[in-house]
Amino acid sequence: MSDVVLSVQGLATAFATRAGSFKAVDGVSFDVRRGEVVGLVGESGSGKSVTGYSILGLIEPPGQIVGGRVLLEGEDLLALSPDKLRRMRGARVAMVFQDPMMTLNPVLKIGTQMAAAVRAHDRVSKAQALARARDALGTVGIPSPEERLDAYPHQLSGGMRQRVAIATALLHSPSVIIADEPTTALDVSIQGQILAEVRRLADETGTAFVWITHDLAVVSSLADEVCVMYAGRIVERGPAEAVIASPRHPYTQGLLASVPSLHEPGERLPQVPGSAPPPMERPEGCAFRPRCPRATDACLVDPVIQTYDGERRAALCHHPIEPDAAWNTSSTSTASRSAS
Amino acid sequence: MIGFLIQRLLQAIAVVFVMSLIVFVGVYAIGNPIDVLIDPAADQALREALIRQYGFDQPLPVQYLTFLGNMLTGDFGQSFVYRLPVLDLILSRLPATLELALSAMVIATVLGIPLGIWAGYKPDAVSSKLIMGLSVLGFSVPTFWVGLLLIMLFAIELGWLPSGGRGPTQEILGVDVSIFSWEGLSHLALPAFNLALFKLGLLIRLARAGMIEVMSSDFVRFARAQGLPERQVVGLHVLKNISIPIVTVFGLEFGSTLAFAVVTETIFTWPGMGKLIIDSIMVLDRPVMVAYLILVVVLFVTINLVVDLVYGQLDPRIRTKGAA
Repeated sequence: MSDVVLSVQGLATAFATRAGSFKAVDGVSFDVRRGEVVGLVGESGSGKSVTGYSILGLIEPPGQIVGGRVLLEGEDLLALSPDKLRRMRGARVAMVFQDPMMTLNPVLKIGTQMAAAVRAHDRVSKAQALARARDALGTVGIPSPEERLDAYPHQLSGGMRQRVAIATALLHSPSVIIADEPTTALDVSIQGQILAEVRRLADETGTAFVWITHDLAVVSSLADEVCVMYAGRIVERGPAEAVIASPRHPYTQGLLASVPSLHEPGERLPQVPGSAPPPMERPEGCAFRPRCPRATDACLVDPVIQTYDGERRAALCHHPIEPDAAWNTSSTSTASRSAS
Repeated sequence: MIGFLIQRLLQAIAVVFVMSLIVFVGVYAIGNPIDVLIDPAADQALREALIRQYGFDQPLPVQYLTFLGNMLTGDFGQSFVYRLPVLDLILSRLPATLELALSAMVIATVLGIPLGIWAGYKPDAVSSKLIMGLSVLGFSVPTFWVGLLLIMLFAIELGWLPSGGRGPTQEILGVDVSIFSWEGLSHLALPAFNLALFKLGLLIRLARAGMIEVMSSDFVRFARAQGLPERQVVGLHVLKNISIPIVTVFGLEFGSTLAFAVVTETIFTWPGMGKLIIDSIMVLDRPVMVAYLILVVVLFVTINLVVDLVYGQLDPRIRTKGAA
């Protein structure tokens, strides 16, 4: 499991506004290995979705990728011509979006949309394209896929639609699928089914997933690796189990502490005080400093990424939490992978 | 589907019936046409005789019921002026107007929708700003003025096209048409273009607005994420989604062009229905006015019915609602 399929290196994406340009993503680096699920966690505005769009080159003006590399199996996607990049999208790296009500075209049949996706990359007949679409629907556990091809999106439930979107992303067996909060809009029970399906797909097909979410519970049940983003940067990364069991960054700790399922009923939930700074008003030095219980004057200087556990883990903090100071490890490790 | 059609047809009949009542009462309220029709020097006995002959001495409800009864048998009465059955008179003018209105709609659609799509696809390009400027001119400059300019430029200064009238017609399937000869087309060109300008501006704006909205939707993003070429993103995913408002406005505009092309028809002396109705209003030719207005109602109802059926084809969500 050491073969890296996607390597994001120092990615930076800026948006030009009337008040000046700001970096929504500011030097993000992480690796994704074959068949691995990497959770990209953060609050709204942390830059996690922009990271996803940047990987596929789907940033539209006024946004612009201003630095870094996105290596897909060694090939830099950011250096490709628009047409070559288009040939990669959908074929070798695909994406699934948050709201399944909106990602499928309401006026086209499922089969028409999926067949178009097949034929965007392969010269096959319409019948062959539909056959492949049907097989893909079967792969994601949709019953009677033949009939679904003739259905319109509004005739399917939200969970079904998200399965259709995932099946569409799978059509060309891409190396990586970027999933932008694909279960946020779904019922919890449907969410569980989809997560189990994704875990199975990753294990069986070797497709890697970058799972963008604000929900740590999702990450704990699905992801192998986790990257925690704050204010456009990855503040902590490492194996999901280890990060959840003993976070190094105070922000990760704060996020974990506010997950309701990890607390006794009736117990008061701890919160991370304050809110994420707007990109234009990020403080000097560590962006988390104003909200951080461990902040000192040292935090006025930009922190440097520090690695632990033989480079398996990293945190961007002047005062990382020592493993023994981390909170109650026993209760979290049981919660971490119980759903998978 | 059949149930939907029957329901719509019943609605249509009700609308036509109510409109016939409104139109009849409204025209009745304008005044006694006898005063306009006969020589002011005629004596009282002749007046009385004529009033009785036309049935103007009857109370309004009786007049209306007589009219309604006749209408149901297809008899709209005789024109006071032309001494011809009104229906024949109007139908003889209909092909000319239909030809003019259809040509104008075709010009507006063929030019307006691609231009609007481009303007919406590249909203910041110079070409798009030019297109939008054109569209503002299209529906803010008065039709009659543009018509006069067109005549001055193309008919008088350049002498390329005739200044008015309709070219020679051929009978095709019992309808007189003039578009199958160069001469006919050259007569049609200026009035059709003149009439198309307003619709052109409207369709450009509609297509652009729809385009901008749909291009930013999630399913377009998803289609791009699948690596679809831009041509397919627009052609497959966007076009069908922007067509519903376009079809709506197309239907309304087509109806009103048919009914009220009068300004253009007058400027270009086009022998269509618009000129007929204006002439009839001038001389209070009641049967022509009433029949014309009812024909307009029937046209609008028919066009709207067709538009509703097209909606169903464009948007499956409407189809299911209509069938239920």
